[in-house]
Amino acid sequence: MTRNSQPTFWSRKREGFGRGWYKFSRNPLSLVGLSLVLLIAFLAVFAPFVSPYPRHAGVFVNFAEASQPPSLRHLFGTDVFGRDILSRIFFGFRFSLMMGVVVLALVVPPGVILGLTAGYFKGSWIDTVIMRFTDVFLAVPPLILALAICSVLPPNIFNAMMAVSLMWWPWYCRLVYGLSSSLRNEFFVEAAELTGASRFHILFKEVLPNCVSPIFTKISLDMGWVILIGATLSFVGLGVQPPKPGLGTMVADGRIYMPDQWWITVFPALAIMFVVLGFNLLGDGLRDLFAVEEV
Amino acid sequence: MRFGIFLLKRLLHSVFVLLGLSILIFIIARVMPGDPARAALGPRAPEWAVQRVRESMYLDKPLYAQYYYWLRDALHGDFGESLVTRRDVSTDVKEFLPATMELALFSGVIMAVFGILLGAISARYSNTWVDNVVRVGSYVGVCTPSFVFAVLFLLAFGYVLHILPSIGRLSPGVTKPPVITGMIIFDGLITGNFHAVGDTLWHLIMPGVALALGGMSQEARITRSAMSDNLKKDYIAAERAQGIPERVINLRYLLRPSLIPTVSILGLDFAALLANAFIVELIFNWPGVSRYGINAMLSKDLNAIIAVIMVMGVVFIIMNIIVDIVVTFLDPRIRLGAERSK
Repeated sequence: MTRNSQPTFWSRKREGFGRGWYKFSRNPLSLVGLSLVLLIAFLAVFAPFVSPYPRHAGVFVNFAEASQPPSLRHLFGTDVFGRDILSRIFFGFRFSLMMGVVVLALVVPPGVILGLTAGYFKGSWIDTVIMRFTDVFLAVPPLILALAICSVLPPNIFNAMMAVSLMWWPWYCRLVYGLSSSLRNEFFVEAAELTGASRFHILFKEVLPNCVSPIFTKISLDMGWVILIGATLSFVGLGVQPPKPGLGTMVADGRIYMPDQWWITVFPALAIMFVVLGFNLLGDGLRDLFAVEEV
Repeated sequence: MRFGIFLLKRLLHSVFVLLGLSILIFIIARVMPGDPARAALGPRAPEWAVQRVRESMYLDKPLYAQYYYWLRDALHGDFGESLVTRRDVSTDVKEFLPATMELALFSGVIMAVFGILLGAISARYSNTWVDNVVRVGSYVGVCTPSFVFAVLFLLAFGYVLHILPSIGRLSPGVTKPPVITGMIIFDGLITGNFHAVGDTLWHLIMPGVALALGGMSQEARITRSAMSDNLKKDYIAAERAQGIPERVINLRYLLRPSLIPTVSILGLDFAALLANAFIVELIFNWPGVSRYGINAMLSKDLNAIIAVIMVMGVVFIIMNIIVDIVVTFLDPRIRLGAERSK
């Protein structure tokens, strides 16, 4: 393991959290990203407590306060049913984060395992089967196939998550494939092979730990992309269903009231931007910290 | 010679990928809960009519036989009938594809040209206010979904300022040039109908820019980082020491190698652009194949969905081959036929 000149995730960990944090915090943009992500996570988790009108998240009608422009009482205004946009955005963060977390939790393990295996057995039939299979999924942008899958299933956020997951694992497979196929020529892997270590041991104890920092960096960046695709699916009506406050759903709902009631559309749109921006800045910070170039 | 073999390998690989894609999308379309024939005719259609559609779509045969018949027809250019337009899907696709290509080309050119230009300027004047503006702008651009750009543009330029047309491809009253390529800009140029060309360009601005901004920002960031990496290399210092003019250094020795990562990612960005066209065409009511596709998806028009996705697969694969060729042209080190790292 020591032959590998690249600092790995675990060697960084040994180096101490404090030092890693110091390096990370030297970059102001990474700090902005981290703060944004933490803030959004906080707002999402504690939405019922921090949002000014928690009841407005679901079915709620108050025509007396319908279509109010932004004011002190309703910072981001209200929609045509009199629901507070700000409160709905806080609840919308919940769906966005859920989308990102669930999809990546479903996608990373199979993608990583397939990529590891294919990379380690590079050149054999295992590599051919796995990677050609992956190529098929990579042949069309994930959004198009996710749209197609969603369209044949009943529209809800669960099916949207399944569809995006089905299209997302190949990217991890390809990332880890590249890493694993170059790592298998390292001396520490050969040493493990010569001492009779099992394939399982080599893959998961020798090769995998050296792939961890790119994987983590990609996860952080992908949170943003998955949330963005989720919002897009919701925007066309194939994701979060009204009256639930998905951010993309809210943008779509407000469109017919433009331009007079612009706030119904503009604030949720900006909210999507901030979520994605936060995860991207954080991911870039991690990329610099781990000195990862592959992602 | 070597190049020919490389191209042949790529083409063979593409055929394989397209076959795989067709199986994948066929399975997705067929495992859908419910009866496609019933869905096509509606709940009140008589059973004998549904049965006839079932037979015509081979739904009474096992799945592999269905796929075989579908593939046989598809290879003859027959993708079945659309249940929304009641016409052959291939006719529909032929009619709508040029509009999408027009939009994608316009957008792709903006993306590549301005992305590279901004990245180069940013690297050339690094750590000045120009650089900072480009960097912050490109961050925001990367993070914003194109439907958000589309909606915001529509609000700003279509509704509030009223300077750009917000919907469609041609203003009412403008005569459409005869269909030659189907792309109004080219048709108009060929037939000398410059009024239509100008009007279409005018309509293209909002959807085109909304689609281009994401990829453009990505290109700018990548060009900038590649150029500033190369700027630190010894060979640039050596060329400066030899007294080669700064202009020549910048254009020939700095920009060209720095474009390799940019062009490599251009393929991915163009793919993302085509995917986002599905949403942007819907918003701007652009009469392209993506709008046709998303409407097919929203109304569960299976034959049309499969055809549109296959068309997108073909476009994407051609795009990737072009990118590979351009990259080999830019970087003689990349050995033809050898696997590219990314």
